[in-house]
Amino acid sequence: MTRPATAPDTRDIDIERTRLTSTLAETWKTPPGFWGALTTVDHKIIGRRYIFTAFVFLALGGVLAALMRLQLAQPEARLIGPDRYNQIFTMHGANMMFLFAVPVMEAVAVYLVPLMVGTRNIAFPRLNAFSYWIYVAGGALLWIAFALDMGPDVGWFAYVPLSGPQYGAGKRADIWAQMITFTELSALAIAVELVVTIFKQRAPGMTLDRIPLFVWSMLVTSFLVIMAMPAIMIASTGLILDRLFGTHFYNPAEGGDVLLWQHLFWFFGHPEVYIIFLPAAGMVSTMIEPFARRPAFGYLGLVMALIATGILAFGLWVHHMFVAGLPRLGDSFFTASSMAIAIPAGIQMFCWLATLWDGRPVFKTPLLFIIGFIVTFVIGGLTGVMVASVPFDTQVHDTYFVVAHFHYVLIGGAVFPLLGAVHYWFPKLTGRMMSETLGRWSFWLIIVGFNATFFPMHILGLEGMPRRVYTYQPDLPWHGLNVFISLSAVVLTAGFLLFFINVLKSARFGEVAPDNPWDAPTLEWATTSPPPSYNFAMIPVVGSLHPLWDERDTLPVADGLRTDRRELIVTTLAAAEPQAREASPRNSIWPLLAAVATTIMLIWSIFSPWAVVWGSIPIAVALIGWFWPKGTPEDES
Amino acid sequence: MLAVPLTGCGGNWQSVLDVEGSAAISLKHLIILIVAVCSVVWMLVMVALIAALWRTRDAHPTTPEPVRERRMTLAVTGAVVATILIISTFTVLSFIATRTLNVAGQDDLTIRVRGLQWWWGLEYIGPHPSQRFETANEIHIPVGRNVRLKLEGLDVIHSFWVPSLAGKQDLVPGRSNELTIRAERAGVYRGQCAEFCGMQHAHMALLVIAEPQEDFERWAAAQRQTATPPIDEEAAAGLQTFLTKPCAACHTVRGTAAAGTTGPDLTHVGSRRTIASGMFETTRGSLAAWIADPQTIKPGNNMPLVPLKPDELRAISAYLASLK
Ligand code: HEM
Ligand SMILES: [Cu+2]
Repeated sequence: MTRPATAPDTRDIDIERTRLTSTLAETWKTPPGFWGALTTVDHKIIGRRYIFTAFVFLALGGVLAALMRLQLAQPEARLIGPDRYNQIFTMHGANMMFLFAVPVMEAVAVYLVPLMVGTRNIAFPRLNAFSYWIYVAGGALLWIAFALDMGPDVGWFAYVPLSGPQYGAGKRADIWAQMITFTELSALAIAVELVVTIFKQRAPGMTLDRIPLFVWSMLVTSFLVIMAMPAIMIASTGLILDRLFGTHFYNPAEGGDVLLWQHLFWFFGHPEVYIIFLPAAGMVSTMIEPFARRPAFGYLGLVMALIATGILAFGLWVHHMFVAGLPRLGDSFFTASSMAIAIPAGIQMFCWLATLWDGRPVFKTPLLFIIGFIVTFVIGGLTGVMVASVPFDTQVHDTYFVVAHFHYVLIGGAVFPLLGAVHYWFPKLTGRMMSETLGRWSFWLIIVGFNATFFPMHILGLEGMPRRVYTYQPDLPWHGLNVFISLSAVVLTAGFLLFFINVLKSARFGEVAPDNPWDAPTLEWATTSPPPSYNFAMIPVVGSLHPLWDERDTLPVADGLRTDRRELIVTTLAAAEPQAREASPRNSIWPLLAAVATTIMLIWSIFSPWAVVWGSIPIAVALIGWFWPKGTPEDES
Repeated sequence: MLAVPLTGCGGNWQSVLDVEGSAAISLKHLIILIVAVCSVVWMLVMVALIAALWRTRDAHPTTPEPVRERRMTLAVTGAVVATILIISTFTVLSFIATRTLNVAGQDDLTIRVRGLQWWWGLEYIGPHPSQRFETANEIHIPVGRNVRLKLEGLDVIHSFWVPSLAGKQDLVPGRSNELTIRAERAGVYRGQCAEFCGMQHAHMALLVIAEPQEDFERWAAAQRQTATPPIDEEAAAGLQTFLTKPCAACHTVRGTAAAGTTGPDLTHVGSRRTIASGMFETTRGSLAAWIADPQTIKPGNNMPLVPLKPDELRAISAYLASLK
């Protein structure tokens, strides 16, 4: 490496190992205690917090699901009234999509991507801290509103005119729209951080074809976020304007268009599904290697499939609108494009099967979840092909068939890989192993419970049961299956409970984990479990796609970084050749203050348009504080 | 709670698989075909998965080897080609199936279907203005004839879905959609709103009654008539109450002064099988129960509670039940 001139005694090569680590620890540390917790910009602490919070929302959303199943177990049950039920299913959907599924994937990436590419912190670490606070604020807004009986009740896609000024009374739909703004902000922030981290902070030698597959998937996902979010931003801003200012974007009586909402929403909403699925696919591709004990088959094909899915994701939003009365020829085009997404999905599936075929499987819990994923996700994918067909869809659209379909893709396709990933990366996060026994039990309960709960919903849909109904009449032949489903949901819940127990128990009493318990090939396993605040004492230099397999004992490292200030290596985009040493910011309270100011403005603006004016003043103050030079060593660069 | 008796075509009368409409029949064939092919695909994947896990479970790890890699590339390519063939076939099939739907002629019977929170307004349009009439929540159609439905969403989006006859189509405010249905056999087919439309989306059902041409003509002729005058004293008192209380502000009874349009047309309400969009069988008792407390029975619906004395309630329900 070239060595720019600076004070020589503070470089990592000039000091011995113990002094090196203690100096680095001092430079990168998050101070203990409350203040440290509020000001930290360590991607690992924020990532862990993010993951934890997302799982809290999963549990809360699960409670809502249980309530729905309780209500639907009997025809014309009077347990939950229509008003509450509509809030519950809207909350369940919005919470699961916006507060659990999307954030949890990004959260895992916030934790893992910097480690997997061999750098010391994520790009824009203070933005990362800000993103977390905004996310929590959005979640709190939604759930507090629900507790106050002001939860949105218009479904997670909030179709106008039902959510418009005339039919959506009170502040419920505004709360939905503003919650979207919060999650948009936090997701966009992370997307930008990840793109920059992946493009510019990869370890020297990590050329494009040596990027781990999970990192690839997050790169594609981040671009999806950046390109999809503007559509929903325009949509929800239009909705808020209609509701608050009396504009008529969506009011047909005044020249607006109801279907405009659906186009904008699904132009975002469909890619959203891949924003959830692609990271999960990346997890599978990455986890399958240590458990099949061979490299993932077809690296190039897997990467191309990720990119192809990302591009196709923007060409099939209309398949959510097949019965809205659009021109039939256009519908046929969208049938073709929706079917086409099966090709990249198929490529990935076949590559995984080939990997297992040629591998020597080790049946640990993460592999079990991968197998569970293949079994269920293929069903979800195939029912996806079914609903992509216009005539087929005219019969099953908005019925329980679709509820079954999207739970197969969301739970089977994303939550199963995620649960596998939790078992897999848990030792890295906490330094302790999760219990295999409990892991197996929870796997079997979840997979059996899941299929017993959701498979019969296909049949209910074909028998004519629409979705989003708070009850059904006793003379319809749906009672038996509904009872069965509700009972099966108990099994599913037990599985999830066991999983949570396993996590909590293992975090305290689990067996202590070595650095690389699974003999995995990627860089995050090259550091200790859990990693030190600076991630790597020396930045690794990568010579292959599987550095820890190919250079098992002698991972080369780069040197020349300063230890007295937070520094990391910036490399070139394609070849990952070292370009510069770049300072990484220190801890700061300003992201939190900026998030508080933003939260006040956004919530206030539900009630008064003037909030946008007055509320922007504290935000400006917070941003000035954020960017004001603090006289730290990092400022020099 | 009163239940609507199962009439008509046996066990399941709101089902994609229990079909009597020409469109629904061809859809059913398509659905069965696609589901069958997909099930085979799933089973093949499962066989491959089990084989993959089984064959090497006790072996020692080896490094990837060019010959095996090439063989697997071939296998994966083959599987991808098969995928492409299958989805292309599905695409062509759905294109063809789509074109056969919605073929309506000029002389078809035309019905304007209006979706409202949470009931269906119906307007039969004949060749002559004199043949026009209004009713609600119960569509009669002649067997074996194409019937063109003009779908209009008056407040929010609803979706017209009678699975035994045809696929669904949305009623979108500001747009005019159409759907053609045709029943091949006489029977009673239940349908239900399929797009979430607010509080009582769950109770927005309708019936389609397909009957032979003569029966249909007889029914239509009866519906075109104005309301039968009260037959006895109690019914006459009922009519009086109906006109003096707020009822008439929202409902029409043709032949009387009641001409409101907020709620369903009640001119022949006694002839319809159900009230409250499929919630109860129409009887004097269910009518009385509904009028006495609509908000407990169907919370959130747009009919307010109109305070009535017991004898007024009795008279009104007697009158309405007599409107055959
Ligand atoms: C814990 C197990 C779960 C159960 C038992 C469950 C159950 C349900 C049920 C019964 C509905 C239908 C509500 C209706 O149509 O009235 C529903 C809707 C939905 N679920 Fe789940 N769910 C579960 C987990 C999840 C997860 C993990 C996700 C996402 C990652 C999810 C996403 C959704 C969405 C987006 C909707 C649609 C909401 C709407 O219609 O607006 N669910 N769920
Ligand atoms: Cu409706």
